[in-house]
Amino acid sequence: MITVENLTKSFPHDNGAVVALDNVSMQVPDGAVCGVVGSSGAGKSTLARCIALLDKPDSGAIRVDGTDLVALDGKSLRAARRRIGVVPQGDSLLRQRTAAGNVALPLEAANMSAPQRRSRVAELLDLVGLSDKAPVYPDQLSGGQRQRVAVARALAAQPSVLLADEPTSALDPSTTDSVLTVLDRARSELGVTVLVVTHDMAVVRRIADDVAVLEQGSVVEHGKVLDLVSEPGSRIGSTLLPETDQGSAVPAAGIGHDVVAEVVLVGFAAVGALLPEASNRFDVELSILGGGLTRLGDTPVAKFRIGLSGELSESALKWMIEHDAHVRRAPVSVDGVAA
Amino acid sequence: MSDKTPWPEVIELLRPATGETVYMVLTATLLAVVGGLPLGVMLHLTSPAGLNPNPPAHRVLGVVVDVVRSVPFVVLLVVLASFTRFLVGTAIGSTAVIVPLTVGAIPFFARLTANALREVDTTLVEAAITTGASRLRIVWTVLLGEARAALVGAVGVTAVTLIGYAAMAGAIGGGGLGTTAIQDGYQGYDDRILYSSVILLGALAWGMQLITDFAAKIVDRRRVVTSA
Ligand SMILES: Nc1ncnc2c1ncn2[C@@H]1O[C@H](COP(=O)(O)OP(=O)(O)OP(=O)(O)O)[C@@H](O)[C@H]1O
Ligand SMILES: [Mg+2]
Repeated sequence: MITVENLTKSFPHDNGAVVALDNVSMQVPDGAVCGVVGSSGAGKSTLARCIALLDKPDSGAIRVDGTDLVALDGKSLRAARRRIGVVPQGDSLLRQRTAAGNVALPLEAANMSAPQRRSRVAELLDLVGLSDKAPVYPDQLSGGQRQRVAVARALAAQPSVLLADEPTSALDPSTTDSVLTVLDRARSELGVTVLVVTHDMAVVRRIADDVAVLEQGSVVEHGKVLDLVSEPGSRIGSTLLPETDQGSAVPAAGIGHDVVAEVVLVGFAAVGALLPEASNRFDVELSILGGGLTRLGDTPVAKFRIGLSGELSESALKWMIEHDAHVRRAPVSVDGVAA
Repeated sequence: MSDKTPWPEVIELLRPATGETVYMVLTATLLAVVGGLPLGVMLHLTSPAGLNPNPPAHRVLGVVVDVVRSVPFVVLLVVLASFTRFLVGTAIGSTAVIVPLTVGAIPFFARLTANALREVDTTLVEAAITTGASRLRIVWTVLLGEARAALVGAVGVTAVTLIGYAAMAGAIGGGGLGTTAIQDGYQGYDDRILYSSVILLGALAWGMQLITDFAAKIVDRRRVVTSA
């Protein structure tokens, strides 16, 4: 569990200061993967560096499993660091050490004996799918392989928390996938709590349970991805879900329908059955005016703009809401086109 | 340009002189590494980008290193004469020359070391910090470990520079090829000895460079994969 409380950090700049983090609070529950997103300069790396105990915040607390780490120094700080595995932004492997040698670094720091170290390194390389690359130097690994070694290194000392800053920013989509798979395994097989900083929404879509959106040093949105997507006005929702206005494809929206609404459906059951069942049950004609289906992690999520025609349209909509569809009524504008 | 010394005699003369030069240079290089490496590490650690920024200490170290480095070697030789006499009992001869050679080379190697360490990406250092590694381990594994090729190269540059210094010291009785070149060659009007000594000095420098370049390549585990 990672808890960040009222974290503030500014950097001196010209004659004043840049406030990189402004009273940021957030938490990541045990075993969850949380994505931190936001535009460039929003403070994502600063947040990651503070949690990695590389930058000291001006004020606020950072708790990993309850203990505040901000005030630590010396030996206790070094011990705390072992509980936080970090995959830094950019290339961070020692080029003069093999993949195995890099993974061994935290174990050496923890004074583990050489035989123990060897077997642990083998386990970790296996976890990231790079057993055959143990004796290979980073320069002979691909970017994705290097990042996976960096993840293995971060996990070596059995931390409870894994922090990754833009682990996929330099990678193409298929390589990105291999790195994300490894982060996902860290959570599912080791129970590690993962915080991943990214500007790539595909990362959030693929592995995040939770998400925090930073903007100019403040958290503007934070929560479970599946909760946020169904909230009206959510940025996460509007970025991750399909567009419902598909231009000329829905010219008649609002015309000829008694009710036009936007629905967000989360999960197999809802996506598969809710709309047809509502249509049958209330004998309303249901047409899909826009939107589509997507997948968030393993969960199918749909966002549709629907038009309902029939006497019981309102009841059908009410029934959908009762059955966990997230419905937003589309305001119908004067010319009959839903805005 | 009068009568020429026969080659066998020239060789007899140059053989021990070469040995002396090699002895001076290798000993002074070794001592320069022993003294200069920690000094260079401190110079780097105390710098603003270092692990332990300490501006006053950094400034003091920097001034000391650069002042000594900027003293012409001939001046160092003279200034250090009494110190040398105190240390080794005499101010002339090859063992005595090792003292000013070392004093001159320590700050030289320290500066090269600090420069080499500065080239190590801070991301690597930070990555090591997050593993909970001690400062000593970071210096050893990350800084010195990653800069190893540059450091071996720095040893080479230092040794080659010292060959020149040692020859210069030879001019005022330091022994080795420098003394042979000046006393037997130049002052003895013997071109054969003069040029042979000079060529040998050049060959030594070239050989030293070759050896350290090769060593740098051996210790460097990076393999730059060049794509056509
Ligand atoms: N060491 C520093 N010194 C001065 N200003 C800094 C420093 N680090 C960050 N900043 C400033 O703090 C703000 C937040 O930077 P940060 O690196 O956290 O952004 P980011 O969200 O990670 O951006 P990006 O997506 O580009 O990596 C920026 O305005 C940046 O200029
Ligand atoms: Mg960043």
